[in-house]
Amino acid sequence: MDIQFFWESLITLIPGIPLTLLLAFLSTFLGAFLALLLATMRLSGIRPLGWFAQGYLFVFRGSPLLVQLFLIYYGLSQFPAVRHSFAWTFLRDPYWCAIIALTLNTAAYASEVIRGGLLSVPHGQVEAARASGMSGFMLFRRIVFPLAIRQALPAYGTELILMVKATSLASIITIMEITGLAAKLVSETYRVIEVFIVAGAIYLAINFILTRIVMALEYRLTPHLREPRILTALALENESAGEIS
Amino acid sequence: MNFFQLMGFGEGGWGAFMLLGALVTMVLALCGFTIGAIFGAFAAWAKISGNRFSRALADVYTTVLRGIPDLLVIYLFYFGGSAFLTWLGRLFGSDGFIGLPGFVAGAMAIGITSGAQHTEVFRGAYRAVAKGEIEAAVACGMPRMMRFRRIVAPLVLRHALPGLGNVWQIVLKESALVSVTGVVELLRQSQVGAGSTRQPFDFYFAAAILYLVITTISSISFHTAEKRFSKGVRRS
Repeated sequence: MDIQFFWESLITLIPGIPLTLLLAFLSTFLGAFLALLLATMRLSGIRPLGWFAQGYLFVFRGSPLLVQLFLIYYGLSQFPAVRHSFAWTFLRDPYWCAIIALTLNTAAYASEVIRGGLLSVPHGQVEAARASGMSGFMLFRRIVFPLAIRQALPAYGTELILMVKATSLASIITIMEITGLAAKLVSETYRVIEVFIVAGAIYLAINFILTRIVMALEYRLTPHLREPRILTALALENESAGEIS
Repeated sequence: MNFFQLMGFGEGGWGAFMLLGALVTMVLALCGFTIGAIFGAFAAWAKISGNRFSRALADVYTTVLRGIPDLLVIYLFYFGGSAFLTWLGRLFGSDGFIGLPGFVAGAMAIGITSGAQHTEVFRGAYRAVAKGEIEAAVACGMPRMMRFRRIVAPLVLRHALPGLGNVWQIVLKESALVSVTGVVELLRQSQVGAGSTRQPFDFYFAAAILYLVITTISSISFHTAEKRFSKGVRRS
């Protein structure tokens, strides 16, 4: 074990971090819209829409992400119709394929999280909003959605961590993110343990920071659950009063 | 060839190979799941009633293994295992390269990663065991091991069953990653087939269907088991 090599591998792997984060964030962001759509489809009460959403969930949660990735990246190129269409500009590019596969996959898991959040909105809140004359989209935007997000946030944080971990699969279709760079470095230096310790530490650090951010966000979104801070508030008030005088 | 001829059992059909691959996937997942259950049982034990040191060790284990990608762990075991074996071989006077078989490396990697999930499942299940049951066992004069074997283990397993079902599904899907080590399981078999017939969609589609079949059968079996083993539980 020499520190010099650890340092060198860290320098080699750091350029992969932005790509990992980009893949994770972009697909989680795009997946959130699809997830919301799927969740509302299931809750809509319209049978065929509900069946479609359930079928989607069954397929994307029942098969491995790697199979989905291969199906999109290698599989679709089998059809000349796809190769000659407009979509080919995206589908021949491993980056887009990774993002598409990750998005479709996370949408399935996230839609259950969002559905749970939507179901947890107390009925009284909706009734109160209706009594105040809100309906339709305004009711959703002002009352249901914020409450659902607050409820779903912890589970969504877990999903985000899972996505960061899932981006490592992109290295299999030649994308040079952290795992890809690590595998390349190993094949050049044959120093497996050191390189993978560094790569693992980078992932751990990313996930640690992400959990902290989600926790901070949760704290911010749930003021009603905090202990009343009368004493601190008083202290702050005195301080600001002192500043003014 | 169309899809059904390709996946059939006749001339040039890959059906038998794909089924064999599915079997390897299941065996691999089962090995990984069992190793994970062993790791999980010990880590849960450490977390529940260990001293400060073993509890910290178990905490580090679950935190680390849940924070790094499974693929990285598989690579680590595959390449690292071979490096370790070669080093071990050198101690005993052989200079050749000794490779760790991909199956062993994969099962161990899956076992260790899923062990972190097993830990939380077992710990949660232990918490759900009513204290009175254990107290009653103590009152009956059962010694520690007997208490564990007769009272704690069956109750924990019953409570753990839904969680174990989830872990099993995750393990099953994770086993697809072991294809990177060259183990001819379902996905690797599809890659081979896709390469030699130049019909990748058909092969990966068939693989997806087989995975769906396996996950469906396992979720049905877990549901049945849950029903069977919670016969004695009164539902409100």
